[in-house]
Amino acid sequence: MRARPLILTLAHRLAVLAYILFALFPLFWLLKVSLTPNDLLYSEGVRMWPSRVSFDHFRFVIAHSDFPLFFRNSLIVAGSTALVVTAVASLSGYALSRFAFRAKYWIVALMLLTQMFPLVMLVAPIFRLLSPLGLTNSLTGLVIVYSAFNVPFATFLMQSFFDGIPKDLEEAAKIDGATQFMAFRQIILPLTLPGIAATVGFVFTAAWSELLFALMLISGNDAATFPVGLLSFVSKFSVDFGQMMAAGVLALIPACIFFFLIQRYLVQGLTAGAVKG
Amino acid sequence: MASIDIRDIHKSYGKIEVLHGVDLAIKDGEFIVLVGPSGCGKSTLLRMIAGLEEVTGGDILIAGNRINDLAPKDRDIAMVFQSYALYPHMSVAQNMSYSLRLRKTPREKVASAVSAAASKLGLDPFLERRPKALSGGQRQRVAMGRAIVRQPKAFLFDEPLSNLDARLREQMRAEIKKLHGELGATSIYVTHDQIEAMTLADRIVAMHGGVVQQVGSPLDLYDRPANLFVAGFIGSPGMNFIEARYQPGEGSPAARLADGTLVALPHAYALEPDTPVTLGIRPEHVVIGGEGREAAVELIEPTGFGTILHLALHGLPFKVFTTDRKVLNAGNAAAVSFPPQHLHLFDREGARVAAL
Repeated sequence: MRARPLILTLAHRLAVLAYILFALFPLFWLLKVSLTPNDLLYSEGVRMWPSRVSFDHFRFVIAHSDFPLFFRNSLIVAGSTALVVTAVASLSGYALSRFAFRAKYWIVALMLLTQMFPLVMLVAPIFRLLSPLGLTNSLTGLVIVYSAFNVPFATFLMQSFFDGIPKDLEEAAKIDGATQFMAFRQIILPLTLPGIAATVGFVFTAAWSELLFALMLISGNDAATFPVGLLSFVSKFSVDFGQMMAAGVLALIPACIFFFLIQRYLVQGLTAGAVKG
Repeated sequence: MASIDIRDIHKSYGKIEVLHGVDLAIKDGEFIVLVGPSGCGKSTLLRMIAGLEEVTGGDILIAGNRINDLAPKDRDIAMVFQSYALYPHMSVAQNMSYSLRLRKTPREKVASAVSAAASKLGLDPFLERRPKALSGGQRQRVAMGRAIVRQPKAFLFDEPLSNLDARLREQMRAEIKKLHGELGATSIYVTHDQIEAMTLADRIVAMHGGVVQQVGSPLDLYDRPANLFVAGFIGSPGMNFIEARYQPGEGSPAARLADGTLVALPHAYALEPDTPVTLGIRPEHVVIGGEGREAAVELIEPTGFGTILHLALHGLPFKVFTTDRKVLNAGNAAAVSFPPQHLHLFDREGARVAAL
């Protein structure tokens, strides 16, 4: 390959840098406000960094608010949803990728259709459905709703990963003496780990930050997830920005840890099939 | 090891029938090559024997037992794929032992089977490597190793050498033949490469359009092709065909070409005078020089071992292969003649006409 002209390389790097700054600036602002003491929040004007940094907001949020409870609830809901959806989607994605069966076309069409409705439309009917079952105001109810909404997309995602694995491999396994399920579990699944990581990551973050259903289906603090909890920093007369931002920073931590853990697979997963192995 | 019987096998995908009734009896220990152009149904037939495709009609028997409805895992056969189909997340040793481990073979037995196969194939130094750290030829060997550790009833090969470069293909071809000599295993080998078919097979099954065209030893197919398809498919460069009409003559049967000249035939045939026939002669059997028909040399392809001459004979393309390095150039004229003993005669439907 010929060396690119320096000016093009430079322009390319600058463009990437500009994009990164643009994308990360809100996060930076979140961090900045969370570290600014209350007395400086309104008195210093717009500054990139406060003259004095304090962890008071974090201390308050952890020790004196319901935030740890929200945090725990969110962890349960997002974790369970990610688990359920990934398990279901890997099975259904595999079926769509490998088997020819009656009504396959219609099932796919139906799954696509579910993705076309604005969720707001569905809030009332879902509330009506869940309420007699005692699933409103419960984490289980949220997990069920989130799973239902995430399964179709996750299925398509997993299907594309399965499509990328040559059929020969499981045929070889079957001839070697494996049943269809053993071939799936021992040969195909390990090779789909990047896909599974991508799916888990996607579903986890979607459930972690979901607000609409959490707000509509949950009342009271016991089963509130953290996006709902964040709203509790907004009162009728004021918004406690410092504490709200501190809570926001804390809420980012699990997502960050999570992506740090799976990023190795994710990079593989998102580029799978790009080059001949 | 076992015999394999294929009885009136049909295969359809929806309304499209791709195999129109194939019969084949494969003896214990025989090396059979299914050969034909792509789309002729050879791979489909192999996959049906393996259990990877359902049988639409007919029966497949291994060692006398009908296996149509058995799952692949219960057929006790091994298969080598064109793509090798090695498990990327397993080491070479794990790849080779997978089938034995699935069968809960005792650990010591697995280890000895793997090391025996590995030393036979020269894979000892690579046992702990992953497939991606191997070259194409080594991967091919692992695929073979995976097949032989099990000592199955039969080996199936689906174009196993197609992904290798020419030199390696030649080498692996010889190794497969040697391996078959040592193991004596019943083998079915699918290829579109007629050289592979000729060199490896005990018997070749030539297929075209879902129908078996001819079954026989390699030299049978070369010397006595049953029809125009086999005649044209086996041999490289391919056989020349010339349209002609049969002339019984009086004790000197001949074929009359379009320009009115006569080509002497070796025998008389049970054909009406003036019946349209196709005359076939292999490029390597045409004699160049001396008395003969005049043809224009259009192109010369030296192969080192010999030379392929592309000629125009009576305005039609015609190929000659000669090991004689005559000084011929494109644009020259050459005299060609057809030794009668090397002529093949086909009727209008393309079937070989037997001599009287």
